[in-house]
Amino acid sequence: MATKVMMEALSPTMEEGRLVKWLKNVGDAIKTGDTIAEVETDKAIMELVARGDGILRARLVEEDTVSTIGDVIGVIAGADEDISALTDGAAPAAAPAAEAAAPETAAPKAAGPEATASKAAGPETAVSRAAASEGAAPEGAAPAAVVEAPAPSGPVRSSPLARRLAAEKGVAIEQVHGTGPNGRVIRRDIEAAKVPAEPSKAAATAPAAATAPAPAAASTATKPTAAGTPSMVIEGDHKDVALTQMRKTIARRLSESIGPIPTFYLTSEIDMSKVTELREQMATAGDQFKVSVNDVVMKAVAIALSRHPEVNAHWLGDHIRYFSRVHLGMAVATDDGLIVPVIADAHTKGLGQLGREARELAKRARERKLTPAEYSGSTFSVSNLGMFGIDQFTAIINPPEAAILAIGSMETKPVWINGSFMPRQRMRVTLSCDHRVIDGAVGAKFLQTIRQLLESPMMMLF
Amino acid sequence: MAVITYRDALNMALREEMRRDDRVFLMGEEVAVYQGAYKVSKGLLQEFGEMRVVDTPITELGFAGVGVGAAMVGLRPIIEFMTWNFALLALDQVVNAAAKMLYMSGGQFPMPLVFRGPNGAALQLGAQHSQAWESWLAHIPGLKVVAPSTPYDAKGLLKAAIRDDNPVCFLEGEMLYNTKGEVPSDDYVIPLGKAEVKRQGEHVTLVSHGKMVLVALQAADAMAKEGVSCEVVDLRTIRPMDVETITASVNKTNRCVVVEEGWEVCGVGAQVVDYVQRHCFDVLDAPVLRVHQADAPMPYTKSLEKAAKPDLPKTIAAIKQVLYLD
Repeated sequence: MATKVMMEALSPTMEEGRLVKWLKNVGDAIKTGDTIAEVETDKAIMELVARGDGILRARLVEEDTVSTIGDVIGVIAGADEDISALTDGAAPAAAPAAEAAAPETAAPKAAGPEATASKAAGPETAVSRAAASEGAAPEGAAPAAVVEAPAPSGPVRSSPLARRLAAEKGVAIEQVHGTGPNGRVIRRDIEAAKVPAEPSKAAATAPAAATAPAPAAASTATKPTAAGTPSMVIEGDHKDVALTQMRKTIARRLSESIGPIPTFYLTSEIDMSKVTELREQMATAGDQFKVSVNDVVMKAVAIALSRHPEVNAHWLGDHIRYFSRVHLGMAVATDDGLIVPVIADAHTKGLGQLGREARELAKRARERKLTPAEYSGSTFSVSNLGMFGIDQFTAIINPPEAAILAIGSMETKPVWINGSFMPRQRMRVTLSCDHRVIDGAVGAKFLQTIRQLLESPMMMLF
Repeated sequence: MAVITYRDALNMALREEMRRDDRVFLMGEEVAVYQGAYKVSKGLLQEFGEMRVVDTPITELGFAGVGVGAAMVGLRPIIEFMTWNFALLALDQVVNAAAKMLYMSGGQFPMPLVFRGPNGAALQLGAQHSQAWESWLAHIPGLKVVAPSTPYDAKGLLKAAIRDDNPVCFLEGEMLYNTKGEVPSDDYVIPLGKAEVKRQGEHVTLVSHGKMVLVALQAADAMAKEGVSCEVVDLRTIRPMDVETITASVNKTNRCVVVEEGWEVCGVGAQVVDYVQRHCFDVLDAPVLRVHQADAPMPYTKSLEKAAKPDLPKTIAAIKQVLYLD
């Protein structure tokens, strides 16, 4: 029975995917679960796996082609099975693929004349091939031309129980591989599926928080004179770069954000001298106790959020969801743009573990190896551009979250203390708040807690 | 507790009820002198006399009508059909008279009447004498339809049917008459309209009634060896059907197979499936499957008859299908 290879939804927000690389050649034997191609989603490069057994008979799209979810991009079938009904009308790329399949097939003729035979071809290969070779199909054969393998396009086939369990478990059912008839997702498939970090429906929306423009974008910024005078644009003074899937998602998501969200900003300058002392003390205890400023800030944010659940919240249109657990998103810049991996249950983790996880997630993000579960489900996000020398900025809220904290660089400043200027380590943080969820005083109290925790790090033990 | 046959359990029920209430009498072909075509009425003529154990001519419509009339004037008749295949001739009395009398008389005439006899296929009796009629009868408002699977149930349900003030169609099984089981000699009654879980299980619910309950239990035994635990629900009463017991079981197992003797179209199983889809939609992990007789008149030829009947291999195949084991 022929199986279509389709562009699948490999991330919760993916609408189309670019076929990066075919990993199997036409004629290769394929088993269910084999990785057959790499696909660039809006977030990462993911593996596309086979949904059936057989021979890869056709590759219907070239590498580097973008296909919409549900598009048929290849066919897996028996060596001598007639697949013309599946490949008919496909892109020109199909033709050489079908030729290449010939050596593997028992009857090379079957692959060749598909253009003429396709209308009459039926699943009964013996019959349909005979009809094709005679060039005239009996009328009675027409109903048999229905493709034997029903296309698993459209809604996901699933049992009612599987749908209910998936909803309870927070599993996106369209991403589960169904093992029932015709790919029906059944109970055992849901039970075998991985649970995302945050078991809420809202978590299915991929976060993509924005901060300031990424360094790459800044470097291509043109001179102010170019703006508003199109005639001045000449060949060579600019570079047109096609939108990557990730850039498209960022644009879409952030437009959604800045438009409808009534945002206000609260900035506070925090004295980080005690944090600096703390880090130095810890470092003297050994390399394994070295922590970064960012680690300490993340820890303080996680503690502050657990004390202020009114900030650890999602705006869900007709209701607000306050979280008792803290899943801390952290914006990470990659060569392609921005992604927000999530530290699950950050409030329960010690400084060391928090730091290790943050570094590991950032590394995986830069390598584009994050799984959807690793960048889904954040309850609050943090963006840090301090390392770029940005002393203060405002971050854009990552919906449906209610707030985001922007962290600037730490610098030594003279501060008036007890009648004289003292050199102190100072850092500016800015909280962007969705006013639909958080009122000014609520945000201010949250910032006050963060300031207290960072200015007296011992308070984190409380 | 004594182990006796299904036949003797029915005999015990008739005897106890005739002793208990002298309005109860038995009428039908060969019930008296010949002691019953299947010996269910053995000894009753001797104990109760020919006024209460009455042989009739071969006139199903006639003696069914006499039964309806007797019920109207306050007796509690038990009308035996030699088999339900012969009862087709009497259906006008069953459906148009007995089932509707209370309703059409504005409540003046209750119908405390039992029609009983063997139902379904035995062995090589041919197309006309191998039919299961429960879906026909259960279709009719005003009738109750009962089909016991064990000697214990046969006694308790027949006693309940005799004491019920509505017309009850009581479906026995020729192949069940010689089956044995424990039956207490005391006076017990099994309420009509209550199914029984004959075997507890976790993975799939088998809903059945009458003779096919034994097949369902065999299937459960066979599947247990493969690690599959089947729950067997015996409907016992087909109308009114015990929806609660069925749905409670399917809610637990998430899968269901209905096993019945009759044909597929508009069969008892179709009604079970309807209740299951209505009440258990969100818990189903597979479509409900049915095991039934082939959609054809029952063949006389032994091999073809075997192929046409619902049986253990067909039941096991259906169980495996709903469990996605095939």
